[in-house]
Amino acid sequence: MSSAGDGVSSAGDGVSSAGHLLEVKTLGAGYGIVEVLFGVDLVVDQGEVVVVLGANGAGKTTTLRAISGMIAATGQVTFLGESVLGRRPDQLVKRGMAHVPQGRGTVTSLTVEENLRIGAFVRSDEQIESDIEQWFEAFPRLGERRDQLAGSMSGGEQQMLAIARALMSRPKLLLLDEPSLGLAPLVTHEVFDRLREISTSTGTAVLLVEQNANLALDFAARAYVLEAGRIVLSGNAADLQGDAAIQKAYLGV
Amino acid sequence: MKDFLQILLVGIGDGAVYAMLGLGLVVIYRSTGLLNFAQGEMAMFSTFIVWTMWSLGLPMWLAILGGMAGGFCVGALVHQVAVRPVGDPHEKPLAVVIVTIGLFLGVNGAAQLIWGTLDRSMPPLFGRGQVTVFGVAVAWQKIGAVIVLGVMVLLFYLLFQHTKLGLAMRAVASNSESASLVGIPVPRLLMLGWGLAAAVGTVAGVFIAPNLGLGTNLMQLTLIFGFAAITLGGFDSLVGAVVGGFVVGALSSVMPRYITIFEKMPLAPAFILILAVLLFRPEGLFGKKQVTRV
Ligand SMILES: Nc1ncnc2c1ncn2[C@@H]1O[C@H](COP(=O)(O)OP(=O)(O)O)[C@@H](O)[C@H]1O
Ligand SMILES: [Mg+2]
Repeated sequence: MSSAGDGVSSAGDGVSSAGHLLEVKTLGAGYGIVEVLFGVDLVVDQGEVVVVLGANGAGKTTTLRAISGMIAATGQVTFLGESVLGRRPDQLVKRGMAHVPQGRGTVTSLTVEENLRIGAFVRSDEQIESDIEQWFEAFPRLGERRDQLAGSMSGGEQQMLAIARALMSRPKLLLLDEPSLGLAPLVTHEVFDRLREISTSTGTAVLLVEQNANLALDFAARAYVLEAGRIVLSGNAADLQGDAAIQKAYLGV
Repeated sequence: MKDFLQILLVGIGDGAVYAMLGLGLVVIYRSTGLLNFAQGEMAMFSTFIVWTMWSLGLPMWLAILGGMAGGFCVGALVHQVAVRPVGDPHEKPLAVVIVTIGLFLGVNGAAQLIWGTLDRSMPPLFGRGQVTVFGVAVAWQKIGAVIVLGVMVLLFYLLFQHTKLGLAMRAVASNSESASLVGIPVPRLLMLGWGLAAAVGTVAGVFIAPNLGLGTNLMQLTLIFGFAAITLGGFDSLVGAVVGGFVVGALSSVMPRYITIFEKMPLAPAFILILAVLLFRPEGLFGKKQVTRV
């Protein structure tokens, strides 16, 4: 068992731990008396794209929910050098962490444009309007439907809207929960293509959790494999992709 | 015909007040996603605050502002101590609705303890005068109610549709988890929604009290008209509350006049309306169909 977090000692308060954007150590979480995570360790660096792979039920969603403060957790979560465990999600958004939940989480009774606007809730600068227009230019299909209710959009469009909305807060880290879920393969490809463009152009770090290992490993620089609430493998995405054992176990090749 | 017009106008004047109460219900629904059965009692409580300040010698308008501020605090407090600890209304809507029914009793009891069970009298805000329009006498008080209602609807429309805060309140009502994930401090906005709704209720109470006498049962019948109004108009629609209020007021005024069995059952038209809407158009006239949480 190896973890990329090993060997990096956590520094004292106020000192960024070896420069990691996000550092998660011995993260535990669950629902009621059911424990789901048993000490997850991972790090994400500034601008880095990292994926956590795992089968259905491995605890991927729970990991993201624990990091963003949606559920109670134990262990350590350090973001931008500050311990953030126990903070509410809205407090983390302010600090620069945005979370696109599984199932997209668009506000279906608001219009497309209102969804983007609400994404900028933590901002008060002058560029909100021009950012909204930029997203409409980048995704003309959203622009055409700006006054329609988000609930009336297709799954792929809602996924793009959810991602755009999260980025409206101008986060340093984007947590992304199975964007491929429920999408046709072609649409999934498109979503990942756009994600790649966005993360390159904005420099936003991404922590993605996925079941679709092939696509995710193409997209990410580094990967962890989560099994039954534990990280069982980690490494460069390219290495994992080339590893025969992993191919067999996780990539269904 | 003149007779009919007279009764209709009286009904519409009453309807403006039902609409105000309905407005408070819509505000809570739109900002928290809940139907608040304690809305009427919260309004009664803050109307007593108005009465207390007025009887201590403050001018009426100042007493009303004070009552609205007091109502706001009561609403916010109720949310913090009674509603919030129960949990997320989106996860346990029934539990929270039952809490609002408990609040109904609690707020009523508190008012009885503080102000006793005697009815107090309060002067009509717009005096007791009348004007004659097309040969039909209309009380200034009723015209005043319609105007005040119009101003309140306009303010809430601007809040919900044209401010960041209003947008955030709508997001919280529709999906509090997503709202939290975009950085909205959900508990604070829920508290604000409760406070605003209670402040609106104060105004409704100030218009009703001169007619009915200010007692702790001030709102118990009126709330049913308010619910009928928003059922017809749609739980999430400000305009719906207004139209619904007018229709309920008009029906409740006109029907007993022409159909004798309704004379002894003043609530019957409102109940029939609620049933008919729930059967044939559950989302109401102006409501959004997909909003189904109760
Ligand atoms: N709300 C919940 N209440 C109870 N158990 C849950 C809840 N959500 C998830 N679980 C359980 O936690 C485990 C991990 O779930 P999850 O984190 O959603 O996995 P993944 O996202 O990898 O599919 C599963 O066994 C699941 O049944
Ligand atoms: Mg999941």
